[in-house]
Amino acid sequence: MNDTVYLIIGILTVLAVLAGISAMSRVRSARAGNAIGAIAVAVVLVVTLCKHELFGQPMVLVALIVGTGLGAFGALRVKMIQMPQFVALLNGLGGLASALVAYGSLNVGGGLEKYASQIALAVGLLTASGSAVAAGKLARMLPQRPVILKGHSVIVGGLLLLTVIAVIAKASTPVLIASLLFGVFFSIRVGGADMPITISLLNSLSGVAGGVAGIAIGDPVLTCIGGVVGASGLLLTQIMGRAMNRSLANILLGRMTVTASAKGTHAKPEAAASAEAAEASAADSAPTEAEPAAPMSAEDRSALLKEILSAAKDVIIVPGYGMALAQAQASVKKLADTLTARGAKVRYAIHPVAGRMPGHMNVLLCEVDVPYEQLFELDDINSDFAACDVVVVVGANDTINPAANTAEGTPIYGMPVLAVGDAPHTIVCNLDDSPGYAGVPNSLYQSSKSLLMFGDAKATLAELLDLLK
Amino acid sequence: MMAAWQLCVLFVVSAVVGYFLISQVPSLLHTPLMSGMNALSGITVLGALAAAATGHQGLAFAAIILAMVNVVGGFWVTDLMLKMFKKEKGAAHDE
Repeated sequence: MNDTVYLIIGILTVLAVLAGISAMSRVRSARAGNAIGAIAVAVVLVVTLCKHELFGQPMVLVALIVGTGLGAFGALRVKMIQMPQFVALLNGLGGLASALVAYGSLNVGGGLEKYASQIALAVGLLTASGSAVAAGKLARMLPQRPVILKGHSVIVGGLLLLTVIAVIAKASTPVLIASLLFGVFFSIRVGGADMPITISLLNSLSGVAGGVAGIAIGDPVLTCIGGVVGASGLLLTQIMGRAMNRSLANILLGRMTVTASAKGTHAKPEAAASAEAAEASAADSAPTEAEPAAPMSAEDRSALLKEILSAAKDVIIVPGYGMALAQAQASVKKLADTLTARGAKVRYAIHPVAGRMPGHMNVLLCEVDVPYEQLFELDDINSDFAACDVVVVVGANDTINPAANTAEGTPIYGMPVLAVGDAPHTIVCNLDDSPGYAGVPNSLYQSSKSLLMFGDAKATLAELLDLLK
Repeated sequence: MMAAWQLCVLFVVSAVVGYFLISQVPSLLHTPLMSGMNALSGITVLGALAAAATGHQGLAFAAIILAMVNVVGGFWVTDLMLKMFKKEKGAAHDE
C-alpha cells in the first residue's frame, strides 16, 4: 500500500472520528457517534496492519487478541460506580502505550522527530504514573485524602523542571525517571473534590502523548486524533476549573482546594449572615418555620417534613458524591417517583464538579432510570431554587455552600454554587454536619429553613418515603 | 510521508477543531464523552503496529496490548453508559 492511499484513508478516518464527536453533542445521536468512532478506529487499524504487512506476524495478532480480550473483560466487569477509576486506569494504559511507541522511535528521524519522541516519552510516562495513582486513590487502594509532603510544590516543580531539561538534552533515562516521579507526586497530592480536574487533565495528556508520538513516527492519523483528545481533556479541565474557581496555572502549580488555614475561621460571620438572610425571607412563610436554636422533637420534625413534602408541587433534588458513596441512587429515584405520583414536578440540579469525574452524577442517575430531561446543570436551574417548594440535598456539601459567595479567603470563595439557600425549605440528607472536602463549614446547616436528616442516605431517604405513605 | 513540521501544524489544527466540536457537548454527557475520548487515545496502537514493523518486537507487543485494552474497554463502557440515557416515558413527542 502506498502512502497516498494511506493518507486518504487516514483523512477519512479523522473526519469520521470528528463526525462521531459532533454526534455526541446530542443524547439521541451520542451512541451512534461513539459507534462511528469505534468503527473508524477498527478500519484504520486493519488498514495499518495491511500497510505494514503484519498479518504474517503471529506476535502482533496475539497482542491484538489479548488486548481486545482484556479490554472487553474489563468493560463487562466494571460497575458504573467504578467508572472514575476505570477511566483513570485506561487513561494510564494509553499513556504508557504512547510512551513505549515513543521509546521505540527515540533514534529515528531528524531533530524535530527526536524531540517529539522525548516529549511523548515524558508526557506518556507521567500520564501513566499519574493515572495509576489517581486510579488507586479512586479505588481506595491508596489513601483517599491528599498526601502532602513537606515542600511538595517545590518537589513537583523541581521534577517538572528536571523533565523539561532532560527532554531538551535528549537524555532519555533522566526523562524516564523524572516524568514517572512527577506523575506520582502530582497525583498523590490530589484527593476527593480535586479528582474531576485531575482526571480531565490526565485525559488531555494521554491525547497529547499519542499526538506527539504521532509526530515522532510520522503518522498523521495518530497526530490528529491525539490532538483532538488533548483538546477535549483540556476543555473539560477548563470547565472543571471554572466550576471550582481555579485557573489552569493554579491547578498545574498545585494549589489544590485544601488549605490548612481555611478550616473554621469563617464559620461565625457566615452563620450570622445566613441567619439574617433566613430571617428576612422567613416573613412570608413564617408559620412553618422553626427557630434555628430551638431543638425540635422527633415527632414535630417528622410532622413538619411530612407537611412540606406532601404539599410540595415543585421539588429539586441536589445529589453529590455522598449519594454515590451511600449507593442511594435507587432510593433517590424512589422518592422522586413517589413525589411525581403525588403530582409534584421533580428535577435534579447537577453541579459540574459533583462526584469524582465530569458528569459523574448524570451517569449514576441514568443508571437507575432517571430520565435525562430531569437533569439540569447549574446555570439552567439556579434561578429556579427560589420558586421551588422544597430542595432535597443528598450527599452534597461544598457545591451548595453559601460560603462560596460570602466567605472571602476560604478555598471555595468565588466558586459557583447551587443556590439551595434561596429555596423556602431544604431537607439535607447528608452523612453528618462535618465540612465538605474543602473544609469550610456549611452555613446552610444553621439556616432555619433547613431540616437536617443526618445519617446514611439510604436510611434517611427511606424515612422520607415512609412519611409519604 | 509527511514532514515533522507539517505534522505539528496538523496537531494544532485538529486540536482547535476538536476543541470547537467538543465544546458543543452538554455537561450531561461529560462522563461518556471523556471515556470515549479516552478510547480514542488508544489510537496509539497505530504507532505500536509501526514499531512492530520496524523490529521493536517486545516493546510493540506490550504497547499493542495496552493500547487495545484502552480502545476496546473505552469504547465499550462508553456504549454501556450511553445506553442508559433514556427519555421520560410518554414524552417521546419532543425532539
